[in-house]
Amino acid sequence: MRAFTYSRADTVEDAVRALAGNPDARFVAGGTNLLDLMKADAMRPAHLVDISRLPLDRIEETEDGGLRLGALARNADTAWDERVRSRYPMLSKAILAGASAQLRNMATNGGNLLQRTRCYYFYDSGTPCNKREPGSGCGALTGVNRIHAILGASEHCIAVHPSDLCVALAALEATVRVTGPRGERTIPFAEFHRLPGDTPHIDTTLGADEIVTAIDLPARGFAEHSTYLKVRDRASYAFALVSVAAALEIEGGTIRAARLALGGVAHKPWRDTEAEAMLVGKPAEAASFAAAAQAVLRGAKGHAHNAFKIPLAERAIVRALSEAAGVQTP
Amino acid sequence: MPHPMGFAPPPPEVMAVTLTVNGVETTLQVAPWTSLLDALRLHLDLTGTKKGCDHGQCGACTVLVDGRRINSCLTLAVMQDGRSVTTIEGLASGDTLHPLQKAFVENDAFQCGYCTPGQICSAAGLLAEGKAKTDDDIRELMSGNLCRCGAYPNIVKAIRQVMGEGGA
Repeated sequence: MRAFTYSRADTVEDAVRALAGNPDARFVAGGTNLLDLMKADAMRPAHLVDISRLPLDRIEETEDGGLRLGALARNADTAWDERVRSRYPMLSKAILAGASAQLRNMATNGGNLLQRTRCYYFYDSGTPCNKREPGSGCGALTGVNRIHAILGASEHCIAVHPSDLCVALAALEATVRVTGPRGERTIPFAEFHRLPGDTPHIDTTLGADEIVTAIDLPARGFAEHSTYLKVRDRASYAFALVSVAAALEIEGGTIRAARLALGGVAHKPWRDTEAEAMLVGKPAEAASFAAAAQAVLRGAKGHAHNAFKIPLAERAIVRALSEAAGVQTP
Repeated sequence: MPHPMGFAPPPPEVMAVTLTVNGVETTLQVAPWTSLLDALRLHLDLTGTKKGCDHGQCGACTVLVDGRRINSCLTLAVMQDGRSVTTIEGLASGDTLHPLQKAFVENDAFQCGYCTPGQICSAAGLLAEGKAKTDDDIRELMSGNLCRCGAYPNIVKAIRQVMGEGGA
C-alpha cells in the first residue's frame, strides 16, 4: 500500500471541511473496499479522513412512517434490525446475501453505496481501465468478461455495480441524504448511481465534497410479497452473476403494484419501471412474470463470456416474482 | 536503483495507537497504513492470527474487536484506537482451552491448521451473535472462513457441539 496521512473527523462538518479542496483525500468508514483497492493500487488517496466514529450509526423511524438507516450503521446491524426484518424483509435478505459475516460487521450502509466495481481490470493496475485511468481503454470489452454488464453498458466500460443492498434499495425507492459545503440535500435512489457513458470513472452523482449521512426508506416496504434472489457461482460469499429484488402488491390474484430491480447486470442497480407498469393489473402468474422478464432484457447485449446472463436474468426474474407472489415457480 | 513499485516511499510517519489486546492495554507507534493484522503480528508478535489472502476473502485473519468478528487485514490499526481486540491467543484461560478450541481438537476440525485461528475466532463471533440455529445457518454464517484442506464438515460439528453446550 502507498503511504498516506490519516485524520479522524469528529463531526459531519469536520468531515466535509477535511475533503474540501483536497481532491486526493477520501473518507474511510468500514474500510473493507477502500483498503482492498489501496492494496491493489487501484485507488491512491494521499489522505484518509476516518468518519467511522461520527454519530450516523442509528436506525430511526421517520415522520412519514419509514425508516432512516444511518450511513454508518453496519450492514449486519441493519440486516438484523427487527424493524428492517419485519417491514423490509427484501432488504434484510439482500444484505445477508452479500459478503461474509465478518465483512458485514465492518461495512457500513453508506460505504455499500459507494463501493467500486469488482471488475478484474479495474483492480489490475497493469491493464487499461477507463474507470481507474480515464482514456486508457477497457480491458474487459475484449478480455474476460463473464461477470460484466448486459444492460446499460457503453463502449468505454462494461463494469457492474457489485452491491446486493443497493438492488433492494432501488426497488424500495429509497432516498439518499447527503451533506456538503452548501448544506444538506436528498438524492432519489434511482439517480444516485450512474451509467458509464463516456465518463465511467464517475460512479455516482454524489459531489466530491459531499458525505452520505443516511438512507431513507419510505413506509411502503412490500413485506407481504417480496424477495431477493441471488444467483452466483457458489452458495455463499460470492458476487451476483444476476440478482433480482422483486416486490408486489396483490389483491384477489391481481397485481396492484410491482417493483423490479436487478443486480450484477449493469453499472448501477437496474430498475425497470416499464416492466413494473406492465405487471400492474395482470394476474399474479407465470405468464405475466415471463412477459415482464422479456421486457427487462429487451435491450440486453452480451459479450464473449457473459451472454448466458441474458436467459439467466429472464429466468431469475420469473422465479423471484413467483416467489414474491407465493405462486409455484414454473 | 528505482524502487520496484516505481515510486519512492516517504519516510514512515508513525502515530500512537492504544489497543487492549487480550486484556492487556498496549500503546503502539504505527504508520497509518499498518493494518490491524500487521500490528498484531509484527508489532505485538501475536502470530496466531494468520495472513492468508490479505484481501478479506479467506478469513484467516479474523479477530474479535469489542466482541465482534472482523477481518483484521481490512482495517487500519489507527482506526481501532481505544478498542479491545481478542485474538486466538486470548481465548484460553491459562491451560484450560476455550470450548471452541477443545471442540475443534475433539472433532478433528482441521488438517494443516493455517485457517484454524480465524475459524475459531469467527465461530466465537458467531456464537456471540446468536443467529445460527441449524447446520445450514452455521455453514452460511461461517462462509467468510475458507479451509483449503476441506475440514468443513468437522468444523460445523465442532461449532454445533459448543452451541449444544449452551455457547462459550
